[in-house]
Amino acid sequence: MNASVPRGPVLSVTDLTVSVGTETGPRPLVSGLSFDLFAGETLCIAGESGSGKSITSLAAMALLPPGVRVTGGSIRLDGRDLAKLSERRMQAIRGARIAMIFQEPMTSLNPVLTIGTQLSEAIRSHDPGANAQALALAALKSVRLSQPEARMRQYPHELSGGMRQRVMIAMALALKPEVLIADEPTTALDVTVQREVLDLLRDLQRDTGTAIILITHDMGVVAEMADRVVVMKSGCMVETGPVRDIFARPAEAYTQALLAAVPRMGDGSGPVPAPAETIARIEDISVRYDIRGGLLGRVTHRVHAVEEVSFEIRMGETFSLVGESGCGKSTIARAMTGLVPHQGLINLAGHVVPEDGLSAGPALRRDVQMVFQDPAAALNPRKRVGDLVAEPLVIHRIGDAASRRERVRALFDRVGLSPDQIDRYPHEFSGGQRQRICIARALALEPRLIIADESVSALDVSVQARVLDLLAELKADLGISYLFISHDMAVVENISDRIAVMYLGQIVETGSRAQIFGNPQHPYTRRLIEAVPIPDPTHQRPALSRMSDDVRSPVWPVGAGPAKVALSDIGGGHRVASA
Amino acid sequence: MAAYLLRRLVQSALILLGITIITFGLLYVLPADPVRQIAGRSATPEVVENIRRQLGLDQPVWVQYWTYLSGLLQGDMGRSYLQKTDVATLIAARLPATLLLMVGAITCELIFGLTLGVIAALKRGRPIDTGLMVGSFVAVSAPQFVVALLLLYVFAVKLGWFPIGGYGTFAHLVLPSVTLGIMGAGWYSRMMRSSMLDVLRADYIRTARAKGLGRLRVILRHAMPNAILPIVAMIGMDIGIFMGGVVVVESVFGWPGIGQLAWQAIQRVDIPIIMGVTLVSAIAIVLGNLLADLIAPMIDPRIKLR
Repeated sequence: MNASVPRGPVLSVTDLTVSVGTETGPRPLVSGLSFDLFAGETLCIAGESGSGKSITSLAAMALLPPGVRVTGGSIRLDGRDLAKLSERRMQAIRGARIAMIFQEPMTSLNPVLTIGTQLSEAIRSHDPGANAQALALAALKSVRLSQPEARMRQYPHELSGGMRQRVMIAMALALKPEVLIADEPTTALDVTVQREVLDLLRDLQRDTGTAIILITHDMGVVAEMADRVVVMKSGCMVETGPVRDIFARPAEAYTQALLAAVPRMGDGSGPVPAPAETIARIEDISVRYDIRGGLLGRVTHRVHAVEEVSFEIRMGETFSLVGESGCGKSTIARAMTGLVPHQGLINLAGHVVPEDGLSAGPALRRDVQMVFQDPAAALNPRKRVGDLVAEPLVIHRIGDAASRRERVRALFDRVGLSPDQIDRYPHEFSGGQRQRICIARALALEPRLIIADESVSALDVSVQARVLDLLAELKADLGISYLFISHDMAVVENISDRIAVMYLGQIVETGSRAQIFGNPQHPYTRRLIEAVPIPDPTHQRPALSRMSDDVRSPVWPVGAGPAKVALSDIGGGHRVASA
Repeated sequence: MAAYLLRRLVQSALILLGITIITFGLLYVLPADPVRQIAGRSATPEVVENIRRQLGLDQPVWVQYWTYLSGLLQGDMGRSYLQKTDVATLIAARLPATLLLMVGAITCELIFGLTLGVIAALKRGRPIDTGLMVGSFVAVSAPQFVVALLLLYVFAVKLGWFPIGGYGTFAHLVLPSVTLGIMGAGWYSRMMRSSMLDVLRADYIRTARAKGLGRLRVILRHAMPNAILPIVAMIGMDIGIFMGGVVVVESVFGWPGIGQLAWQAIQRVDIPIIMGVTLVSAIAIVLGNLLADLIAPMIDPRIKLR
């Protein structure tokens, strides 16, 4: 990006083919892929799941899973073909000259070793004479971790996801490699943390000149980080070019479709529905979990997961709860469906949810249904999908076998699946299709409210867009209301009528979509909105307004608790916490 | 930590109390009459009644239990009906031999079980893996007296490497330990194999490899400490399983431990000894489990004792 003198590429991939061995012979996962990576640049490999982008990066590290091999082409670092190196030679290159960070910071560090041990062993293995402790500490400082000396002695579980990803980056960059491969490095992180990690990567790259291959499905991240882009689909390169060209003039239909599917803030349109009858009323609900300790196992502390939250959902509207992990948004959903005990009043479609949660009657369960985040985990793999969708009808003793089957066929048709597929098993469907099955199951009882807890977060963008369309269509046709729970501001902006922003178990700002996105008042709301990557490489990003670094703990001694945030109306139902 | 330990010890005491109640009850309803054993076949009814009264066996069962329990709480485990010696003395004389045998068996289990399990995991699907898993299956299913006789025949009789039986030197310890440990080694190798296979798939193993660490360091430093965790919990349970095996193995090898003592006592319905051995075994099992729970957080810092 800044090299005025033309230089050769650091890493050169030529005609790379990676195949998995199957009973019928090798099947290619990546075929004929070529690209060059130059010092100091960021190359983004973008694509949806199954596009082969992760396999490409693992091939460069020679860390392909068992059964998967490079079957053609070359990956050259300094003229040496990495695909042909022995494992022992490759060990000397891994970590020292090509380093990699992974998607899941929560599981990518060894839980039984301290941060210091994991950092210094990497340094020592490549440079036995080095003062590994000192270098490790310097690496931790360079990723701007607070209290680096204390972190060295901590274990991974004592750190948050964002902090762990910083440790991973420190580990990867400690030996100043020429190439850093970052495989979805921020996908598992909260949006504000994602922003900080991306900023960190960019700053470190400026200081060290490391070439970065950034693998991501998020076109917003591509627009913010990339110098050049490779778009992949089904193992092949679809298109490549400088980032501005790709976004301004995508040549291929697939790239155009991918960009069109990206939810953008400012897209949400349509009038706010007129105030209608209230379907759900939540008044001052709190959810607290006991922590026991001491000799007799008495309750010594409580986790204040949700603290005196109130809101209403009206008929036929989509009400969104947004916030980052641990803010209590999913706990509210669980309290509303009677899955956790709560204090306060929850009135759903005229039924009061009992505070112990357990004695919630069948009528309530019938009127309120849930759609979860991971459709693969929410469907029993041993049952046929038709039986899964019919199960709520069986439990509530509605109809006989024949009429239930007819109803299931109609539901499949309704959610855009072929009724002929009802005798198949969940694994025969794609992620998006499975989520449609979950929606069909939720619809089986004709509920009045559907709680969608991160229901589109695990889906590829193009699939996500279609599932969101389906939800909107069902709302228009059937008059269903949604409680939509999400961390993704862009998705929320597209689907919501009204929004509540949650922080540490309380609502800090609530109002209509136009009020929240057009006139965000609370600093946390602004921070959330600013942190969203904008899928436009020409966009000038404002500097991130920093809140205090340490996240406050929701754990309080018995008798104590957080101060209740008071909301004041600043006009038209837009209520904001006084700072 | 201190509070945790205290609570666990109180729990343990309650468990042991329950065990004394159950064992006492079972021995009471047993059709065998200890007095007949003591008096012999030809004793007159008067003699039998006399002995019964002397031993307090004519009392109602709860009175008998209460007498036993109050003695126990004062450190008195009762006297053997036949050997006319304190049970505590008898057990104390034989306990070291059994503990030694257990240490030997656990060592044998861990060395064979863990090593072979790791090797099988690393060579997954290859002939060596299949061979080891078939072997472990045989080890798990072979009855201990068969294993004992087989080992004796090959290593003591044919090869003459180890003594046929007895107690005293390290050589005496080998065959009984292997006999007692071979079943556990079979279990552990299977558990360690599947545990290793899980861990080797973990993200942090990929991270360790991505750092450029050597294969040996990845296995020893990153994979094994994580894979061994479920095994540690098993070692506590193992002591209970051993107690059953000890009776057989000590008899076959003439090993002067509490297993032999128990075997003789059961044959002669010597209730105080049976009670005493059961109680000591129960204490060993409870302590073994407590120890396993205390070791676990040393391996995995995420485990908190409370």
